[in-house]
Amino acid sequence: MKHASSAPCISTLLLLGGLVLLIVASFATLPLQWRAFLSVDAAKATMEFLRGFVPPEAAPAFLHKLLIATAETLSMSALGTGIAAMAGLAFALPASGRFGTMPRAAMRLVLNVARSIPELVWASILLIAAGLGPFAGTLALAFHTSGVLGRLFADAMENTPPLPEASLRINGASALAAFLYAALPQTLPQMLSYALYRWENNIRAAAVLGVVGAGGLGQMLKYHLSLFQMQQAASVIVAMLLLVALVDTISFAMRRLMMS
Amino acid sequence: MSFVLDGVTVRHHAPLAQRPLALTEVSLNAAAGEQIALIGPSGAGKTTLLHTLACAMRPQAGELRLFDTQAWNLPEAQRHALRKRLFLAPQTPPLPPRQRVVTAVLAGLLPQWGMRQALASLLKPADPQCAYDALARFSLQDKLYARVDRLSGGERQRCSMARLIVSQAELLLVDEPLSALDPTLAMHTLTVLQQEAAARRATLVCSLHQIELARAHFPRIVGLRDGCVMFDAPRHQVSDDMIAALYKHATTPASASTPQDQEPKQILPLIRCF
Amino acid sequence: MAASTIRTAPPDPAWRGRVTASVLTLVVLWPMLVWSEFKPWVLLDAQSLAATGRFLADFFPPAHSAEFLRLAAEATWQTVAMATAGMTLALLGAVPMTIIATERLSISRIGTGRIRILGRAVRLFVRWLLVGLRSVPELVWALLLVRIVGLGPTAGVLAIALTYCGMLGKVYAEILESADPHASDALLRNGASRLAALCYGTLPESASELVSYTIYRWECAIRGSVVMGFVGAGGLGQRMDESMKMLAGGEVATMLIIFVLLVACADSISKMLRRRLA
Repeated sequence: MKHASSAPCISTLLLLGGLVLLIVASFATLPLQWRAFLSVDAAKATMEFLRGFVPPEAAPAFLHKLLIATAETLSMSALGTGIAAMAGLAFALPASGRFGTMPRAAMRLVLNVARSIPELVWASILLIAAGLGPFAGTLALAFHTSGVLGRLFADAMENTPPLPEASLRINGASALAAFLYAALPQTLPQMLSYALYRWENNIRAAAVLGVVGAGGLGQMLKYHLSLFQMQQAASVIVAMLLLVALVDTISFAMRRLMMS
Repeated sequence: MSFVLDGVTVRHHAPLAQRPLALTEVSLNAAAGEQIALIGPSGAGKTTLLHTLACAMRPQAGELRLFDTQAWNLPEAQRHALRKRLFLAPQTPPLPPRQRVVTAVLAGLLPQWGMRQALASLLKPADPQCAYDALARFSLQDKLYARVDRLSGGERQRCSMARLIVSQAELLLVDEPLSALDPTLAMHTLTVLQQEAAARRATLVCSLHQIELARAHFPRIVGLRDGCVMFDAPRHQVSDDMIAALYKHATTPASASTPQDQEPKQILPLIRCF
Repeated sequence: MAASTIRTAPPDPAWRGRVTASVLTLVVLWPMLVWSEFKPWVLLDAQSLAATGRFLADFFPPAHSAEFLRLAAEATWQTVAMATAGMTLALLGAVPMTIIATERLSISRIGTGRIRILGRAVRLFVRWLLVGLRSVPELVWALLLVRIVGLGPTAGVLAIALTYCGMLGKVYAEILESADPHASDALLRNGASRLAALCYGTLPESASELVSYTIYRWECAIRGSVVMGFVGAGGLGQRMDESMKMLAGGEVATMLIIFVLLVACADSISKMLRRRLA
């Protein structure tokens, strides 16, 4: 039960003051065009714009293209997450201290950098190596998610009880065998759960990676918006929402299945 | 000689400033095929002694000779090869909760398997019959494909023994295998253990709290207290007075952690490097 | 006595399932590889290697001319400002919506346990509004808003405001729902206004969680702002996009370093704030 708030100390007040300053400075220094947003003209223009979306395009030929783009996006996210799970497992071994303190620190730094860089930024860099198209997107998701999963897996491995693995090693099993027969079974359910949860995040990321040219629904959206084909764009957005809902459901169901 | 401990001193794993002694100048030896019961109050150092024999803890002083080799003078790889000839069964069954019993038991064969066989056995158990037979000796054959976390404490302990049976070790070091078993089961399990050791002509060192079982079944009894060997005698020479003296006013050393705490910390360095 | 060797071990019940799972995985994997144009050998193609090599070589040294660093610093500040402004607007929207949507403050619920029709309808509407706002990826919002308000940080600020309004609204509601209802119920029963019930009933208990989540979201917003720069919303992202299009490896390297440092900074500030305020 929290006690009634005592008089806040000076440092907290300063902190709050700093926050307020930050907020005010943000609004002041940004070249925000309030007029472009708040005037009656702007409201009318926005209404016009939004009206252009209805009804969403549903011609069979277009829907076919949409389906292909959806398949592309789904594959990108699934493959990217899958590759990241395997890479994450490999990276988690040094990152959990199994090769010593130096490799642990080095690996964790690499993982931190990988997960700090957003998927979109990875994608635009990887386009140089992989060319335009969904392959760059898959790689971008793989690189970013390896950082995330590698860190999560390493933490899980560090937190498991070491007795089963230690026992196998004392009895003469090799380090790798002891890992596979003792440490891995203990951490696998949690790691799979993390991977599935990341898939939910990655389908959202995959949907928009196309904006920089990595294929899928994002590329279609940018294309149609640039040509001011609003109805097609609306269909693409609807497809994105449905795809995200689908993956969320599958991921949730699989995680429930594993917990049983 | 199966093993020789000569004046071995082992310290607890603790911050460098205060490192109490777990074993002080312990000398013990055993020929192949001997069966020794290790008794003593809690905190006496039984677990430490077993771990020292298993090459899991390095003595600060004294000499450990395993199978006529100075174990700690060998390079790491050879010492690890030496470990294949022994089996240490810890107090808490070291079984991963969500693993199936068949895989957990067959893990006793890992020291003999190559990497390919180990990997293949993960997908499909390589020798389920072997695990089945081992479990059957403890009447647990029906649990062959069950998950470890669905077993009771006593069943898990017996699975741990089944792993010992499946292994091909010549030196069996068992740490309190009967703690979760009722008297009938305890006697049965002990009998199976001793029969197996005799059949293989392996040396068996078993730490026990059930003194009557120890005196009834083991030909040689070693009493440990506060890290020192109080007596080491054939069973007919061990009197009630000696036992009483062993357990009299036994205090748990304040600075010693419980055996369970000790194991993981000491063993962690072993987990490193592939 | 080994009487049990007469009996043989039963077959592995998990084998069938494992084989099926493997086959299913392959069946699903193959089309996915095709659809996503998974061709790893493309990375080893001579042209691609040359381009990558040149780009990576440009990374050292990272661009460090005073002029460029000044531009980068400006862009970084713009990114932080975008995130902060966007979060502030999101808060301004989320707070009232949460208050409306939460069942904690329903007066018609007291005593009967059921909220009256109008109350339920309004709450349902607001909840669906929040779901809609956060389901659309923020980048899509940014793309649309750029067409309405033009290029520049306004689009970014609004995109963050809209998406995060939805996210904050949802999580705030969840936090309030999971708090102990006793205090606010008692106040409402005794005739206190909804706002009073909120401030004196639920808030003291949930405040730290609410603040913690908000600060965490601010951190995410910074990352989001960089991403939105790639569709023209200004800040560090837009600079990076421009440098990338010119294949100016050195500039990209500097900005990546700045970005990683920015994220690390935001992370530690966030941890510190959460410790102090929550």
